[in-house]
Amino acid sequence: MSLQSPLRRVMGLGSAKEGAGHWWAQRLTAISLVPLGLWFVFSVLGLDHGQYEIVRAWIADPAHAILLLLLILALLYHSYLGLQVVIEDYVHGATKIATLISVQFIHVLVAVSSIYAIIAVSVGAGT
Amino acid sequence: MARADRPLSPHVGIYRWQVANTLSILHRATGVFLSIGALVLAGWLISVASGYQAYARVNEWLMGPFGALLLLGWTFCFFYHLCNGVRHLGWDIGLGFEKERARRTGWLTVAVSVVLTLGFWAVAFGSQGS
Repeated sequence: MSLQSPLRRVMGLGSAKEGAGHWWAQRLTAISLVPLGLWFVFSVLGLDHGQYEIVRAWIADPAHAILLLLLILALLYHSYLGLQVVIEDYVHGATKIATLISVQFIHVLVAVSSIYAIIAVSVGAGT
Repeated sequence: MARADRPLSPHVGIYRWQVANTLSILHRATGVFLSIGALVLAGWLISVASGYQAYARVNEWLMGPFGALLLLGWTFCFFYHLCNGVRHLGWDIGLGFEKERARRTGWLTVAVSVVLTLGFWAVAFGSQGS
């Protein structure tokens, strides 16, 4: 006989307290990506991308660097949540687990690399 | 497994193809394509951190025919996913569920994203020429 309360047991099994977590995170990142995405797309439009020094200085500007970091975090989190649902719908069996793990690893790798790149440009490393 | 022989309930194949489901699957498709775009955005940032030569290579590739075609696709997908995403957020708080209204906002989403894409590239080519 277990002395665990029914609540204690259900917490580890089902969606208790976590049920809307994925859905909610997808919405929050979506809302944040509306201004961040529009800011980025229209900033790049006005950027003289042929001039390396101009692009570098644009990223290094503190306000731009912070917005880029927020964009990368929200974008990759949102991207992972979305791809996860798509994979869960269309991929099955062992391939599903393998695909989910790969996609998660790639997202972490891409996020960390991008964050490193933004900070490196901001502090003037690698010039 | 014995499950294989059981009859299945009618699935998506029995429904007429219409605006709502077309835009729904397009939302997913553009989302997946934009995820690939996130990789390129990351590559672009890393190339800037890596120095002039790496950046020049990436910039040249993006300005080439294949890169430009991808960028065109990504801008459309971005605007579409954004507009339709806002439509979804409206539904989340209970707005615009009525059949006619959902159909109208659907067409509006398509129109706005096409206009924004064309406007974006008109400005991009306009500033290049000056």
